[in-house]
This record gives sequence, structure tokens and C-alpha cells, in this order.
Amino acid sequence: MSEEIVLMKGNEAIAHAAIRYGVDGYFGYPITPQSEIIETLMEAAPWETTGMVVLQAESELAAINMVYGGAASGKAVMTTSSSPGISLKQEGISYLAGTELPALIVNVQRGGPGLGTIQPSQSDYFQTVKGGGHGDYRLITLAPNSVQEMADFVGLGFKLAFKYRNPAMILTDGAIGQMMEKVKLPEFRRRRTEQEIREQCPWAALGKTPDRKPNIHTSLELDPMIMEKNNERFQAKYREIEKNEVRYEEIQCEDAEYLFVAFGSAARICLKSMEMAREEGIKVGLLRPITLWPFPSEIIREYAEKVKGMLVVELNAGQMVEDVRLAVNGKVKVEHYGRLGGIVPTPDAILEAFKEKIIE
Amino acid sequence: MTYEIVISGFGGQGVLSMGKILAYSGIMEGKEVSWFPSYGPEQRGGTANVTVILSDKPISSPIVDKYDIAVVLNQPSLEKFEEKVKPGGIIIYDGYGIYNPPKRKDVDIYKIDAMDEAINMNNNKVFNMIVLGGLLKAVPIVQLENVMEGLKKSLPERYHNLLPMNKEAILRGMEIIRQEN
Amino acid sequence: MVCRRNRNSPLSCLSIFKTITNMNKNEIVSPENIVYKKPKLMNDNEMHYCPGCSHGVVHKIIAEVIEELGLEDKTIGIAPVGCAVFAYNYIDIDWVEAAHGRAPAVATAIKRLNPDKMVFTYQGDGDLAAIGTAETIHACNRGENIAIVFINNAIYGMTGGQMAPTTLPDMITSTTPRGRDVRMTGNPIKILDMLVQLDGVCFATRHSVHTASAVKKAKKAIKHAFENAMAGKGTSIVEIVSTCNAGWKMTPVEANNWMVENMFPAYPPGDLKNV
Repeated sequence: MSEEIVLMKGNEAIAHAAIRYGVDGYFGYPITPQSEIIETLMEAAPWETTGMVVLQAESELAAINMVYGGAASGKAVMTTSSSPGISLKQEGISYLAGTELPALIVNVQRGGPGLGTIQPSQSDYFQTVKGGGHGDYRLITLAPNSVQEMADFVGLGFKLAFKYRNPAMILTDGAIGQMMEKVKLPEFRRRRTEQEIREQCPWAALGKTPDRKPNIHTSLELDPMIMEKNNERFQAKYREIEKNEVRYEEIQCEDAEYLFVAFGSAARICLKSMEMAREEGIKVGLLRPITLWPFPSEIIREYAEKVKGMLVVELNAGQMVEDVRLAVNGKVKVEHYGRLGGIVPTPDAILEAFKEKIIE
Repeated sequence: MTYEIVISGFGGQGVLSMGKILAYSGIMEGKEVSWFPSYGPEQRGGTANVTVILSDKPISSPIVDKYDIAVVLNQPSLEKFEEKVKPGGIIIYDGYGIYNPPKRKDVDIYKIDAMDEAINMNNNKVFNMIVLGGLLKAVPIVQLENVMEGLKKSLPERYHNLLPMNKEAILRGMEIIRQEN
Repeated sequence: MVCRRNRNSPLSCLSIFKTITNMNKNEIVSPENIVYKKPKLMNDNEMHYCPGCSHGVVHKIIAEVIEELGLEDKTIGIAPVGCAVFAYNYIDIDWVEAAHGRAPAVATAIKRLNPDKMVFTYQGDGDLAAIGTAETIHACNRGENIAIVFINNAIYGMTGGQMAPTTLPDMITSTTPRGRDVRMTGNPIKILDMLVQLDGVCFATRHSVHTASAVKKAKKAIKHAFENAMAGKGTSIVEIVSTCNAGWKMTPVEANNWMVENMFPAYPPGDLKNV
């Protein structure tokens, strides 16, 4: 057995992966069920080893604006929170999108609305993929379904964020954040030097050198003709991301007559429901969107030609199901099953709902 | 082989750490594992429980609603989980925490007086290790040497001097567990 | 302003005038005749500030100080939301435009991630003492090694003259058309006096830029604040009690006089703390 394999919570995996990836700064504010992330970072004290800055901010608002500042200087910076805290961060996320700055935000979702509950939920899907903050922008959204993916998506999130100069979000929930699994942590990467950042990110506000114009990061443009151009540039970038970065997983879909469509923790539970269904001879597959934006519409459209029906399982009242229905466009039956307010559905309940809503 | 186990008791009884040690022991034995806790205010005085799954194949859902083994350390836990044990499964209960023992006929029931024994040993911190010993005697899910390796992994190094004491507690638990039916 | 300068025989104003009239244009602009020029960092963009506004003067001071300290390639400015939102259009350094009130949080991260840089925020009274109070207090409390330039003109200029947290009692603004009723909206907040209490603050001082001598003192203070930020001494705040003649509906001269008579008693110039 490799010595690199450890047992840890999803939240802890995010923290350790961040240190190992060579993240420059973490700015956060405690909130259940994700406080282990900042606690793990503080315990690990990476400022003594990699030089990573870790700061407990006075609020989520301050934390996301620290991320905004750090990102403007070309650094790899991140923040994490849970649903109510993510609502507070929306202003800063919109500014990040409007100034085209890369950053990683993690939402370990809990049930809402309002203070809601601290139990797992997926009810921030709309907030994440349809906007959240003000303005016409998109957030690259990754949905891990295991502790391993929590660790892996830190690096992937930063890679995509820097590639497209756009904020990226890991949209997970209390179940994945709190559960422990085996995880192989990524290799240590050296943090970039200032010289490397100046070369790789010529836009970084690190002090104006005589050979270039000032680097100014602002989302403000009072001339609507120019502002429209800016927006068109954003949209062109979003189309590019939609073309290149769709990620999904197909499990036992080859012979499937029916599909579960689910992401994150719901997809894990559906795996078991799928095993149970197959034991009964029902050919069900699982299509798991890994990127929620860009959404894997194309593959869902293709399966709409092949299967008899799809059950979209979410820990919410029916959010991703709207995107599945848009992709399917009426070709086959698409139904939703979800539990609300922090209740996690059991594999049996999902199978039962599947039989009731899709087969019969 | 897959074991779906729930361990449940009062917050502070070491339920979550017992689950973690069991999961780590599973890793040492080359198994796939998952550890899924109840979390939140329950940790501070209320009922805490953790679902631990050990399997030879990748684990699908870390959340299940039927268990092969339920380790229950207080009355509310028994009431919550007695009916969720699969027929042919196992219930292990602590004789001090449970005053109305389980009634199921279709499962194996084990009693372990772990709290009493911890008091005898003058060390209530090893209570959960006594229970773990009992569990391993009733169902040899993992070998003792792997449990010790798992303990080493899950304890910070500054506590490694406590390993012999924990081993003693596990062995004691193996001795005192009794099948009731 | 250009005039002939001879260190050995200073000329009277009259003789300067005569000399200039006898010179052709090329002679007038020759380098040895220059006694004053705008700092190199100030570009030629036309300012959006109203005539008489204090912002332009403070911008110039900042540009001069950066040049004098040789920090052109090390300085990152954080622009606010408010009248100075376009500060980045006038001083040729790297800038980050913050959301309303969040400049101290933005500056915190830039400085912590780039400790060898000079990071300053430029904020108005609404930005610093209303919507951004929490960020201001906590950046100061942590003793972030940044400089804060705080323009207090007792009004919201950018949005058209609404009440600011520092608006004086009975002062008329567009949201206090009958004068600020302190029973309804509270008293003017003396934020500098509050921030002085925090151990993280190493330098807190209040100035104005309505006279030449005041400008000199304000410049000295801003220079000291920038030096503190580079030396890692903690947070420095320089409050500039300013005019908003457009918002106050006065001529520039009236506004200056009104500021001295009414603002100075509430916000007296001078050092509050200098560690």
C-alpha cells in the first residue's frame, strides 16, 4: 500500500490539496459544515513551509474581497464557505467575473433558505450555475462525489480558473465535506515566484514596471458601448469553456434502458440504487455531470435518443432537472426525486421513486 | 465482502473516533472504506453516530439505511437503529448505557459491559477501545495487528505512548463480550 | 507655471513677468527654467472632479510621494467606490478597483501576499466609515502594513450629495433636505478617533489641503504613512478633511471657508497617534 494514501474528511482533503498545489493564499470565515478546512490549514501552518498565507477574515464579505485582491496580484487564492456564507460572497464573485480574475471558491452546501440547517443539501445549484451575483456571468463549477475528487478538483479548479481568467467553484455539500475516505493527495508543487507570475500573468497588479502600461483591475465602465463589448468578450470566453471543458462520468450506461442523472453526493447514493436495480434485472445507468457549468447537455441529448426515461436525483426541490429537461427537450420522460432541508435520501427510497415515477 | 456498520452513542463517548480507527484498520488491510458521521450540535452531548463501511470493492453510497452491524451505546441509539439492522445481522450493546435490551429475534445480539470495565480499569477514555475489541471478537472484520496500525495512523504522534494502553483495552473487550441469543 | 530661476539673484515678481514677456516659447519651456511640474506619474487624462474639489490635490500629493520614495514599480493602489472611483485613470501605477467599502480587505490580501509592495487604499467617508466600517476596523486591528488615505468631505459626492456618516448635524444634503436630524440618523461618526484605539494603528493624523501650507503638511503625513507601510510598522491612516463645493452647493472659496468654520471643530487637524 502506498504511504501517500490517507483517510481523511473531504474538508481536510481540500485543505491539504491546497497546500500541496502551491496555493498562495486562503481567506475564510468559519461556518458549519466546512470549518475543518480553515482549522486544518491553521493546524498545518503552511506559511512556515510553502509560504502560503492563511487568514481568518472578519466576514465572508471580507474574505471574498481578500480573494479578489490576491487574484488581482496574480496569486492563486481561494476561499471556502457554506451556503449562507456563499450568499454573502456573491458580490465579490460577480466582481471577480467582471474583472476576469482567476480564483477558487468552495461551497460545502447546507440546507436553506436562510440559516436553514447544517445538514447536506444541493439547493445552491441555481445560485451557482445561473448567476448568484449580479450581471451576465458564469462560474466554472465542479461537483466532486468523493473525498478523492475534493482533493483533485482543487488543482483542476485553479487550472481552469487561470486558463480562462475566470472564477471557479467546487460545489459540494456537507456529506462529502464531512465523510472520510481513502485519498491519495497530490504531489507537492512549488509556489510560483513573482518573476514567474509576472511572466505567466502579465495582467497581474504587482507594481508597474517601466516596460508596460499600468495594470488596472476594474469592472466599471460607464460607456455602455464599451461595456457591451466587454460583455461580448466574456460571452465568447464562456462559449469557449462550454466547447472545451464539459466533464461527466457514465457508469453502466452502455446497455442502459433508463438513466439516473445526479451529481455529487446524490450520485454516490444513486450508485447503490443502480446496483440494487440491476440485481432486480432493471437496466439502469448513471450519468454524473462533473462540471455543472458547463453542463453536459450534449451527452444527455444523445442519451435521450437511447433510453426510455431519466430520473434526476438531487438534494433539492428540482434544480438541475431543469437543465436536463432543456437538453432532452421532451424526447423522453424526465422526472425528479429529491429530499429537502438537509435530509439525504436513501438508496431504497431512490429506487422506489424510480420505479414509481419512471417505470410505471 | 462488505460490512455496513453503524456506531452510535452519546457525544463524547468516542463513537466517531472508534469509527475512524476501524476505517483506518480497514485501509491497513487493503480494504475500501468510508466513514460518514452525524455532525453538528449532536457532537456536543447529544446522540452521535457514524456509518463505517468496509468492503473489498469500491464503495458506492457512504449513506445506507440498513446495516450489517449496529454498535449501540445508549438507549436512544438502540431505539433508532434496532429496526435498521438487516435480518441475520448483529447488534452489540453496552450493558451500562442500555436498560431495555434489544428484542429482535432475527439478529445476533451481543452484550458488552464496556463502561463498567472502563471504570474497573480506572480509565474511561478507553471505553470505545473496549467496545472495538468486543466488535472484533464478535466479527473479525480486521486483524488485530492492522487495528494497531490503524490506531497509530489515526492518533497524532504525540499520543503514541498511549498505544499499549489502547491495545490492552481492545484485548479486554475481546474477553468480556458475550453473545446473548 | 514657468519662470526664469537664478539662484544667485532672486527676481522679484515684476522682473519675472518682464523676463517672461521678453522670452520666446522655446526659451520659456527649456528645462533649466522649470520650477514646477506635475509628477511624472500623473498622466494627461482630464479629471472628472469638479473645479475646487480636494481630490485632485490629494492625487497629486500621492503621485509626488510615490516618486520621491522611488516606489513607482512597487505601489498598488486600491480605488474605492465614490468620487475617487476613477483614481486609477490619473496616476500611472497598478490599481485594483474595490467593491464599495471593501478596499481594506482587498489591500490586506495584496500586501500579505506581496509583503515588499507598497499598498494603499484611497477611500471616501461613505466607503470607509459606513459600508466598509467592518473592513476598516479589522484591517486596522490586524495592523495590516498598508496606508489608508481617507477623504472626509461629509457628503456622498458621486451619487449626488446624499448624507454621509460624517455629515454634520443640521447639514443639508439630498437625503437630509431639512438638515441632518441626529435623533433620526445619529451623530457624525468620528472614525479616526475610534481607530486610534486599535493597537494595530501606528499613525493616525488629520489634515486638509485648502492652503499651500496645509498641502505641505498633508504631503508630509502621506509620505510618513507610505514609509510606515514599507517599514512594516502597522496601519497608517491619513484623514483629509475636504470640501465638496458641488455637493455643498458653494463656490470653491466659500467651501474652503465653510470647512474651516464648520468641519474643523468637528474634525480638528493634527496628529492623533504617531508611534
